Amino acid sequence: MSAGAEKISVTVSEKVVLNDLVTRFQFKRTDGGSFPAFSGGAHTVIEMKDGDMTRLNPYSLMSNPLLPDVYEISIRRDEDGRGGSKFMHDKVNVGDEMVLSYPVNLFSLDLRARKQLMIAGGIGITPFIAQIKQMSLLGGNFELHYSVRTKSLGSYVDELMDQHPNNVHIYHDDQEERIELEQLLSGQPLGTHVYVCGPKGMIDWVRSTAQSLGWPESSIHFEEFLAPQSGKPFSATLSKSNVTVEVGEHESLLEAIERAGVDAPYLCRGGACGQCETRVLEHDGEIKHHDHWLEDEERACGDKIMPCVSRFEGKTLVLDR
Amino acid sequence: MTDFEFPPSIDSRPVYGKLETRPGHAHLFIADAEGAAAILDFAAANADIMANSHIIYIPKDCGEKYVAQLEALNASQLYVGPSYPAAMSRINHVLATAHMGIQLYLAGTEGLMSETRTTATNAGVSLDSIQLEHRGSLSRRMQCVHCKGITENVITDPYVCSHCGLNLFVRDHYSERLGVFQGVRVDAEDHGNVPDAVELYK
Repeated sequence: MSAGAEKISVTVSEKVVLNDLVTRFQFKRTDGGSFPAFSGGAHTVIEMKDGDMTRLNPYSLMSNPLLPDVYEISIRRDEDGRGGSKFMHDKVNVGDEMVLSYPVNLFSLDLRARKQLMIAGGIGITPFIAQIKQMSLLGGNFELHYSVRTKSLGSYVDELMDQHPNNVHIYHDDQEERIELEQLLSGQPLGTHVYVCGPKGMIDWVRSTAQSLGWPESSIHFEEFLAPQSGKPFSATLSKSNVTVEVGEHESLLEAIERAGVDAPYLCRGGACGQCETRVLEHDGEIKHHDHWLEDEERACGDKIMPCVSRFEGKTLVLDR
Repeated sequence: MTDFEFPPSIDSRPVYGKLETRPGHAHLFIADAEGAAAILDFAAANADIMANSHIIYIPKDCGEKYVAQLEALNASQLYVGPSYPAAMSRINHVLATAHMGIQLYLAGTEGLMSETRTTATNAGVSLDSIQLEHRGSLSRRMQCVHCKGITENVITDPYVCSHCGLNLFVRDHYSERLGVFQGVRVDAEDHGNVPDAVELYK
């Protein structure tokens, strides 16, 4: 048995450049079958074999959840990232074979809500595209507020405005258009749930504004995939496996563990799902927590780490793995 | 008696806390009888939110005991009414026009809190926006599991269903959806063998 969700072999069936930053990829199953249906907000983890290096990056599915003949994702090019998006943009082409994971949803709609209020920033639009397709077929009341940098970088704005002109509101940063958040959140009817996906600053802004206006926690939903950050190289000892791994500058601890042949659990690879939580048996130095899974008290204890995004600086780190 | 510590029971039984201040621009208080004392205690520590507060109070057998003190809180609205059914149209109107962020503070008997909580959740209020503080009578709002009729203010175990007349055992089994405790026929196996009624928690 291997860690993570089950895998599907796929062939790249379409590659569409949407604008200077974003490219859409479509996949079909290599065996010709249908994909598993999913719920809007789900992501898949893509295996990227780039020379000797294997990256496993999560992307939100944005194809129709109820007609799973194809899976589609949209990837924003990140020049300063660790290279996953550049690999997909520059090296992956129609006809290439790749491996995707089964879908996992950490950002699903609460179907008890009377109204779904969606707030997106930039590439954070992708989970909402699938959710809106789902609601178009199954019904439901939604309103989307989507902030983009410029008109030309507004991925999917035209389709959304064509199909849902009364439900979609677009804000252009370069024209000084801003979401009037306090006013927006203050005027929502009872039973509304708010969802936010976008840059960290936007997620923090929506969460804290909603909390200060008295919104209950159960009605506030957010998704932020953290890409693993680069940092100083360090070594970690895996006590059960009896090996020591060297974590490179642009590698995550989880990737280094996997490279050593140790099968470690994961799902989201973005610090959100909690699946990879690992006990720290010993450490002499500082654990650099980057996840948003552990509570502050747990971090203070120093006996847990999320190896998908967190790092370490110091002399020794011993993990229960 | 205004404060009572309920003994530990099954998970289904509601537990009650103390009203605490929460952020927001709209605060709705609904209380009956001794529940007014919980609002007064709360307001003593949080006078600043009274200007954004609406208080709906049903005095029952407390009569005028707390009314003058509630008036002195200077809430933006205060309604004092003779019964829950009389207050229903006001409660429904307030909830129908409320927005996300409203905080509900329910205080008093279990029957009042149960019925109001069900009304509020049916209107779209989420459970984590509702606080409950028990004060006063230990009577319960009971549903007969056989005929489904609801009997208010049940204070003895067993009790007689006010709808079908069966003798019912008072359980701690609580339906959050309906806002009622479940009453089950006490003499189902041996008709007519009904234990003497005992006051709850005596």
